Amino acid sequence: MIDIFELYKNMERNNIILSFKVAITSELLSSVLQIMESKMDDLDESLKTRRKVFNVLVECLQNLYHHIDDFEIEGSPEEIAKLKSAVFMISRNEGYYNVVTGNFLLSENVDKLTDRINTINSFDRAQLKEYYKSILNNGEMSAKGGGGLGFIDIAKKSGEKLEYSFSKVDETYSFFTLIVKIEQQ
Amino acid sequence: MDNLTIEGSAKTPTIEFKGEGTLLIKGRSIPENSIEFYKPLIDWIGNYGGSPQSNTEVNIQLEYFNTSSSKCILDVFKKLETLNGTNVAINWYYEEDDEDMLEAGEDYQAIIDIPFKMIEVEEL
Repeated sequence: MIDIFELYKNMERNNIILSFKVAITSELLSSVLQIMESKMDDLDESLKTRRKVFNVLVECLQNLYHHIDDFEIEGSPEEIAKLKSAVFMISRNEGYYNVVTGNFLLSENVDKLTDRINTINSFDRAQLKEYYKSILNNGEMSAKGGGGLGFIDIAKKSGEKLEYSFSKVDETYSFFTLIVKIEQQ
Repeated sequence: MDNLTIEGSAKTPTIEFKGEGTLLIKGRSIPENSIEFYKPLIDWIGNYGGSPQSNTEVNIQLEYFNTSSSKCILDVFKKLETLNGTNVAINWYYEEDDEDMLEAGEDYQAIIDIPFKMIEVEEL
């Protein structure tokens, strides 16, 4: 039997504002944004911090949202539901907001994603800006309009390197964790 | 030329495209599917191009936009670039201290061959 009080204390210890394990929908996304806006309002955060956290949140959550949509998997309804659910968490401590997301992906895509994030992390601010502009203007666009700008934008707005890891689940699937830090201003 | 008016929502901006030559995009643009939202805007500009006013003023007053919208906004500007027989000017508004929004405007300015004016305001 899960000990909810333990879970609560754990969240409290880690200064977690909000945490979900769910398949992201458009409606949920709207609610989370609304909750976080009023939370930051209550906490009297500066406009700058609010904007940055909001921007990063939008990109992180929409990444999850589109990923679930694109994620073609086979299996029983239970298996599909499990693989399509994601975890996200927002915490605030020691002058930083942390936005953490976790989702399943095909292990065959791990190398590609690792390369993409490492490339972004290798850039300084000025290089990131140029990289963003070149991708923006390369004319390519995914069916949903993103076209690979999400991670670049997250790195640009947060001003921090993207922290990430992969855990192997089985031969087919891995679990991807992304941690984005945003300094309070 | 009919006006194009779309009321803003939590995820989509207010649109006021007027045949008299003023185009406004205002608010938040963070839809999951931005192509769907922006297509009618680009179509409208195409029609407007048939008989445009001598001056076309474009006012962009965005508080937030996601990366999905950023390519669509570029497409709006690229469509405006194709207009003949009208002087197009883009006013890019940003809130004071919002360096990210100013920078975003400068990125478009570097790509698009239309005069941009960066306008700082206290609040959008």
